[in-house]
Amino acid sequence: MTTMAPKAPPAIELIGIDKSFGPVHANNNVNLIVERGVIHGIVGENGAGKSTLMSILYGFYEADSGEIRVNGEPVRIRSSREAISHGIGMVHQHFMLVPPLSVLENVMLGAEGGPLLAEGAGAIRKRLAELGREYGLVVDPDAIVRELSVGLEQRVEILKALVRGAEILVLDEPTAVLTPAEADQLFEMLRVLKSENKTIIFITHKLREIMSLTDRVSVMRRGEMVATFDTASTSPPELADAMVGRKVILKVEKGPSHPGAVALEVRNLVVRDDRGVARIDDVSFALREGEILGVAGVAGNGQSELLEALAGIRGLSSGEILIEGKTVPAQKRNPHMERLLGVGHVPEDRHRVGLVMPFEACESAMLGFHREPVYGKGFFYSRSAIVSDAEKKMESFDVRPRAPLLKTANFSGGNQQKIVLAREIERNPKILLVGQPTRGVDIGAIEFIHKRIVAQRDAGKAVLLVSVELDEIFALSDRIIVLCGGHITGERRPEETNAQDLGLLMAGVSERAA
Amino acid sequence: MSAPLKPLPAWADVALIPLVNVAAAFVISGFVVLAIGENPLAAVQSLILGALGDLEGIGYTLFYATSFIFTGLSVAICFHAGLFNIGTEGQAYIGGLGAALVALHFGLLPGYTLAIAAIIGAAVFGAAFAAIPGYLQAYRDSHIVITTIMFNYIAAAIMGYVLVNVLRKPGQMNAETEPFRDTALVPQFHEVLAHFGITWPDTPFNLSFLLALLCCLAVWLLIWRTRLGYEIRTVGANPTAAVYGGISPARVIVITTLLSGALAGGVAANIILGDQHRLILEFVGGFGFVGIAVALMGRAHPVGIILAAILFGVLYQGGQALSIDMPKISRDMIVVIQGLVVLFAGALEHMFRRPVATLLARRTTQPPI
Amino acid sequence: MEWFNAFIVVFASGMRLAVPLILACFAGLWSERSGIVDIGLEGKILVGAFGSAAAATFTGSVWLGLLAGIAAAVVFSLIHGYASIDQRANQIVSGTAINMVADGLTALIGNAIWSQGGRTPQLPAEAQFGAINWPFVNEIGPVPIIGPIYQHLISGHDIVTYIAFLLVPITYWALYSTRFGLRLRAVGENPAAVDTAGISVRGLRYGAVMICGALVGLAGVYLVLSQEAYFQPHMSAGRGFIALAALVFAKWRPWPALGTCLLFGFLDALAIRLQGMELPIIGPVPVQAIEALPYILTVVLLAGFIGKAIPPRASGIPYVKER
Repeated sequence: MTTMAPKAPPAIELIGIDKSFGPVHANNNVNLIVERGVIHGIVGENGAGKSTLMSILYGFYEADSGEIRVNGEPVRIRSSREAISHGIGMVHQHFMLVPPLSVLENVMLGAEGGPLLAEGAGAIRKRLAELGREYGLVVDPDAIVRELSVGLEQRVEILKALVRGAEILVLDEPTAVLTPAEADQLFEMLRVLKSENKTIIFITHKLREIMSLTDRVSVMRRGEMVATFDTASTSPPELADAMVGRKVILKVEKGPSHPGAVALEVRNLVVRDDRGVARIDDVSFALREGEILGVAGVAGNGQSELLEALAGIRGLSSGEILIEGKTVPAQKRNPHMERLLGVGHVPEDRHRVGLVMPFEACESAMLGFHREPVYGKGFFYSRSAIVSDAEKKMESFDVRPRAPLLKTANFSGGNQQKIVLAREIERNPKILLVGQPTRGVDIGAIEFIHKRIVAQRDAGKAVLLVSVELDEIFALSDRIIVLCGGHITGERRPEETNAQDLGLLMAGVSERAA
Repeated sequence: MSAPLKPLPAWADVALIPLVNVAAAFVISGFVVLAIGENPLAAVQSLILGALGDLEGIGYTLFYATSFIFTGLSVAICFHAGLFNIGTEGQAYIGGLGAALVALHFGLLPGYTLAIAAIIGAAVFGAAFAAIPGYLQAYRDSHIVITTIMFNYIAAAIMGYVLVNVLRKPGQMNAETEPFRDTALVPQFHEVLAHFGITWPDTPFNLSFLLALLCCLAVWLLIWRTRLGYEIRTVGANPTAAVYGGISPARVIVITTLLSGALAGGVAANIILGDQHRLILEFVGGFGFVGIAVALMGRAHPVGIILAAILFGVLYQGGQALSIDMPKISRDMIVVIQGLVVLFAGALEHMFRRPVATLLARRTTQPPI
Repeated sequence: MEWFNAFIVVFASGMRLAVPLILACFAGLWSERSGIVDIGLEGKILVGAFGSAAAATFTGSVWLGLLAGIAAAVVFSLIHGYASIDQRANQIVSGTAINMVADGLTALIGNAIWSQGGRTPQLPAEAQFGAINWPFVNEIGPVPIIGPIYQHLISGHDIVTYIAFLLVPITYWALYSTRFGLRLRAVGENPAAVDTAGISVRGLRYGAVMICGALVGLAGVYLVLSQEAYFQPHMSAGRGFIALAALVFAKWRPWPALGTCLLFGFLDALAIRLQGMELPIIGPVPVQAIEALPYILTVVLLAGFIGKAIPPRASGIPYVKER
């Protein structure tokens, strides 16, 4: 401290990192410099490549090309072990904890300090107590992790990294699972860590967090690092702009909507996930015939649960769903019943949910409708009816190749999606639920799919569109609601809003500042 | 970390890889024979001669094959629903009880309706016994692999008790029932052919074989031509998609295990009603486990199952002849081959994928898709 | 007092019958705690038994018999490990294959060498494990209550029996007090957590699979070198599956596993003892009911009617690094 030392090298330098998964270019020539002792935010939309980049830094994947430097030294990180040895610690979005083990055991795992646990346990206990005092990271070391709250689990993850001597801490979407109060506590901890000269890389979608926590912020978009700012000298709109970018605006030919009667009404809906957490919390809205209602929001804010509840896959905890003014008793709600009531559903994940990949296309094209008489009467179905029905659907949705007998898995993403859409739309539903209709779909197919969705609206159908792609929401919606944390944070008409405005709503900044 | 595999052409996927896998099992079996100090080729010759060399051998071969078709189908139908039913052995055993109870107590049924009723009895008992693990899997989330293993032993205990204490013919030492009346029997082929003046050696090969073929057709129709089959396959391939499609996986699991147990009951028709003509202890004799090998080797397809069942029929019958020609090679050799088939066609089914893919890529000049 | 002595004799017999169950059950415990489901215990008992019988017959050495039995079972364990860990196979299919190959191969080779239908020759006494008598057995034996306990339960067993019972505290200690045990418990629950902590999932699982092989081999060794003095085809007689049932029943925990194995062994001894006996009211003892009890109890437990048996969460699932 007495002499003016030459400026310390950055904690992390990523130079020209490139990584592809098959045809997906997840990281394209990414450069990033993170200075020592700062909180550096990385923002970007879903699939922008943030998680891949951090996985490369932590040795989960190896980059196809590029260089990593830690404290100015070029290093190769081929495994988590090597990352740890370079002082890098990571808090994964899905915690890497062993639920039936105690906090102490989880922290010790991989850092036991000898073949017998007793040898290291004392030292780690002491270290945990120290860390508790220094940073306010207090957790009972003998508590069983399964019984901890999510916030405490995350604290254990951070402690794991610190006990291993992490100087650089990477947090991947750390607030996604936290309550606001827990998030505030986390921020407090991170500020203390920073004051101890630790370096923190903080990945998030949420601009509010970037603004309140970070010193610098880098923006990723479509696998590329597009900008880096000093947080003090930027603003949420500027960041939102950089995140969304000046994309090719998808223009869909579309006249004004002529909304008719209410087709679907949701009243005070509460939907819980498998762990019992309310993912949709007191949501009400109405959807009319002849309109497209877009549901915008960052992934994981309840959209999936909303769609599943509406489609009859997931039960309701409370509230009501009315279809054409009539409510269906809870015990009778199931996907089959919903289909009979005229609800079509294009699920968010066609691989896992919407299609059966090993099946022939014609068989995937009847999933959910396989009991209908078009496919033959009685116990047996008619192969020729199935094939000709599939041919008709493939023709009308221009699925290529026009091969009903080809395995579903052998179609491209766009054509698989067209099979799902054809199946749900050709059955002439009154209400169409559409989730992420163009995820992993090529440009040509996107345009086609968008046109068909608009055509449904023009035919007087009520369309609910869930998408994390703001462009898509803008291009298609007649009305937009924004979900954040299971609540509707706002409603807009597309012509009276913009990406920045929606971005703020998506980030949970309720209602526009006057 | 390895590069992703290039997709294999369809013919390699359907035919070449399974053949390579089964071939590996037989090559290793050959080495086992060699290690014992016998000539594998001579062993194969003796085996084939014993199994297919004369009509008697063929009769026995097809008799065994009949049981294997039933057990193979029983295992395979569960595969389609993504279930591993190790309980075919016990279900077939309990099926025997059903057959015997009908044969012994419904003697008033006219003519061959008694035999048909006894076969139905076998199917119903097999189905009921399979349905318990099925129900527990579907509604109580108990792992069907463990429960069916347990049920095999429970079946053995039940049958031991019933045969020793309840159904044993009075004054008889052996734990077996009295012989069934003639109308309860499934006719053997040599009897049937004798009506047409054709002489066929006296073998236990009986009309259950036709029932087995009928079941193959029925299973094929069920799996690939009915709505229920579609639901079974959907649950097996992607339970999440099944739920999305309005299918109840629990219901499908129960129905599938019922059908599987009924098919296992076919073994009782073949052995108890077609050959032994009375209920005896341990008549299934491990054929339920052969069904696992048959189903894996036949890739759960009825045509494949028929071929695999006949192959195992050849092994079981030829193994008898082989053990006489070469006393060092006991019939246990067949169990070894069976295990190796399960190992290579089941557990290690992808082991030869990469080598085959590399080989094919080298041979073909066209660029990969 | 007569009643008590009879009880002690049945209990001692149950203890002996429990030894192979304990060894196989703890073998399964190590394997399944690491996430590798092993339904091939039955086959590996046979392999261990045959290996020890063959080696002891050829060399006349009980110790070489012991080593050979263990080595043979470890080889079979490694095949299962290779299929499960490297080939990401269906572990049930692989275990089934192991059972079949073991069952056939031991009988086949036994028959090829000794031509006695697979049975190996009777081993001389020096190629068997003898009973170890504790000091003052004859003096303490006649003392009421303590005497029979000392004489029949504590003293007079062979070395494998003592190893089996020592195995319980050792396993407990290794699982809960050593680094390896911690990592093993972790890898069976969440391999990704182990991987991100910089520990090799593959290495851990191979280690567990080899321990499993050694222990289950010892179960086979016991059948030959301590009990029967020869190998006979199918001599495991379902013990591998009972051990599996005990493991489920004990919910994959060491001390309950010991208790369950003792209970199952005791039931077995009782069934043998009551064979052909008439009981008041019940009449002839339905021995099969007692024999089936372990399986029935396990099914009832699995069905969730008495508590819930939840296996290690990652068991049976091949570990694949995910995005």
